[in-house]
Amino acid sequence: MLVVAKDLLRLATIGSVDDGKSTLIGRLLVDTRQLFDDQLDAVAAASEKRGVGDLDLSFVTDGLRAEREQGITIDVAYRYATTPTRKFIIADCPGHVQYTGNMATGASTADLALVVLDVASGLKEQTRRHLCIAALLGVRSIIVAVNKMDAVDWSQTAFQRVVDEIQTLSRQLGFKKVHIIPISALLGDNVVETSSNLPWYEGPSVLEALESSEAGAWEHTNTQGARLPIQWVLRQPGGGRTYAGMVCGDTLHVGDRVTLLPANIETTITGLNFGGEAIDEATVGLAADVALAAETNAGRGDMIVTSPLPQVANEIHTTICWFGERPLHVGQRLRMKHTTKVSPVRVKTINGVIDIEKLDVDESTSLATNEIGLATLNTADLMVVDDYRSNRVTGSFVLIDEATNATVAAGMVGRASFL
Amino acid sequence: MTQRTMTTTPLRPSHATDHLDLLESHAIFILREVVAECERPVLLFSGGKDSAVLLHLAVKAFAPQQLPFPVMHIDTGQNFPEVLAFRDATVAEIGARLVVAKVQDTIDQGKVVDPGLLGSRNRLQTVTLLDAINDNIFDAAFGGARRDEDKARAKERILSFRDTFGQWDPRQQRPELWQLYQGKVNPGEHVRAFPLSDWTELDIWQYIEREKMALPTIYFAHERDVVKRDGMWLAVGPFVEPREDEPIERLTVRFRTVGDANCTGAVLSDADTLEAIIDEITLANVSERGATRADDKFSETAMEDRKREGYF
Repeated sequence: MLVVAKDLLRLATIGSVDDGKSTLIGRLLVDTRQLFDDQLDAVAAASEKRGVGDLDLSFVTDGLRAEREQGITIDVAYRYATTPTRKFIIADCPGHVQYTGNMATGASTADLALVVLDVASGLKEQTRRHLCIAALLGVRSIIVAVNKMDAVDWSQTAFQRVVDEIQTLSRQLGFKKVHIIPISALLGDNVVETSSNLPWYEGPSVLEALESSEAGAWEHTNTQGARLPIQWVLRQPGGGRTYAGMVCGDTLHVGDRVTLLPANIETTITGLNFGGEAIDEATVGLAADVALAAETNAGRGDMIVTSPLPQVANEIHTTICWFGERPLHVGQRLRMKHTTKVSPVRVKTINGVIDIEKLDVDESTSLATNEIGLATLNTADLMVVDDYRSNRVTGSFVLIDEATNATVAAGMVGRASFL
Repeated sequence: MTQRTMTTTPLRPSHATDHLDLLESHAIFILREVVAECERPVLLFSGGKDSAVLLHLAVKAFAPQQLPFPVMHIDTGQNFPEVLAFRDATVAEIGARLVVAKVQDTIDQGKVVDPGLLGSRNRLQTVTLLDAINDNIFDAAFGGARRDEDKARAKERILSFRDTFGQWDPRQQRPELWQLYQGKVNPGEHVRAFPLSDWTELDIWQYIEREKMALPTIYFAHERDVVKRDGMWLAVGPFVEPREDEPIERLTVRFRTVGDANCTGAVLSDADTLEAIIDEITLANVSERGATRADDKFSETAMEDRKREGYF
């Protein structure tokens, strides 16, 4: 059963506030006729009520009262679109620095980032921060929409200046595929159809670039070895047990030799099921359940793996995006959720903070809100981890405030090559 | 206003099974995570198509075991009888425990004002729902809400935190990264979990067809006495009495969503099979809630306002 659907592309919009992310998504949805008549009427009525013209396209995704009052995006809006070639899940992310955690939420499951920036102002610090976070999160292809071309009289010189800046940064961050497209989200040029106002541009429109981008990239990382983090133990009629979880990394088959970690028990898969029905193999992304030959006391938080084996450790070197209101400091106690396992952790050392402008690591002993840094964590329990670059599921975790249960950090095992 | 004459969507995407498999596994994963992390989950079941899909997925997630949580219906007392019949048959078939929380009880306790037999009880449900969550000490409630339904729902996390008053604060949502869903709450707080967040109306129907699921009969085209009120066709019955200027018409209709009988509109339709319904939805010009829900038409942020108070 194939679960990595090639017909479904997940994208996130990123970039600084007021550069036109929501307007571009509104334009894309309207021009590909994804909106129903009543939804368009509602956007028109809201636009009129707030005196912002006939149709403020940003209102298509900025659906909260506060967002419309302030004219900004506060949290991610998810929208869905279908064209003749594929389906899209679009996460329209906020641009403000104070909502960086929400942006990371939207980008963490994206196959592709749609970067929007204003041609007149180029790469702002916040756009650089978002690109850096997207690269850390493992997004490998980006479409950069250089917006507001109408305001610079469709000038190729203005566009080229920004292109050079973007290409330099993209190389540093290691993006594999980069489309840079001059557009006007407001007027629709190069959004769905290529525009006659930009005769010097010969590339695709934003939609054409989206339709030709690789889907399923989120699951498809440089994986080696299958992993099944156990979510739940199912009792089978007749007394046996199966271990339920979502497969990642590689396909599991009946008969595969596997290791149960951290107990380090070698055994064989004797059966695979989905929804109570027996299957021969479980591909990446399938919520399956597994029967093992060995009698074990395996439970939630343990992991069934094939070689090459992941690390089993209680000291982990990590990259952290810190969203807490107060700074993160050495010695701080938190709770980690990693795959299906929750463990208390303590910050052993903070090994530096990332300078967004230079992409260097500066010395620091704490991380302020929305800073990204390197930290070594000690965990109370033994954790089964892969480097984030080889497996996004077993290489990622969140940190949780023990008192409020708030999610205060996104973490990745290891360190990006550009740092 | 802009005309939306034809959709660019092909009638029957040939690739449907691929993305349905992905959505299905994702939903099953969420169901298991919440059950593992929370002490006392419950699944909200209205008998509508979305909660029917949700319950079907829950059964798959824990097969061959019984459902490890009860199913709860918030009963406004203004239901379509076909939907109640479907509710009871479905719950009996899977052997689930059904909790029914009645808006009438909330009214009898004097907690809310009785809007009368013909008035809408839609908003009162919130009080009944929050009371039932408190009384049963539920710390997680699964719902069938989808992000494509409404612009406020488009903003909500898959696990949506509710404070001790049951309120949703759209400005203070927990970051929800990757597929790391964390549902830990302190006593008195709870989470709402929406495993169908990324499903669209079309996905729901294609899945129902693929899984050969049963549904309440009112989703399929049938003849019915209706009156036109506020631009919607309402079914004449105990909760909708025709007013003087509302002539009764007998028309072939179906319901695109299922809510209370007095605020859910029927659509004119000949679609009497799943296949015909899928074709109809693929070409629809009006959204599901726009076509059928009076409760969302009061203001620009009707859904956000109700959700802040603790609505589904």
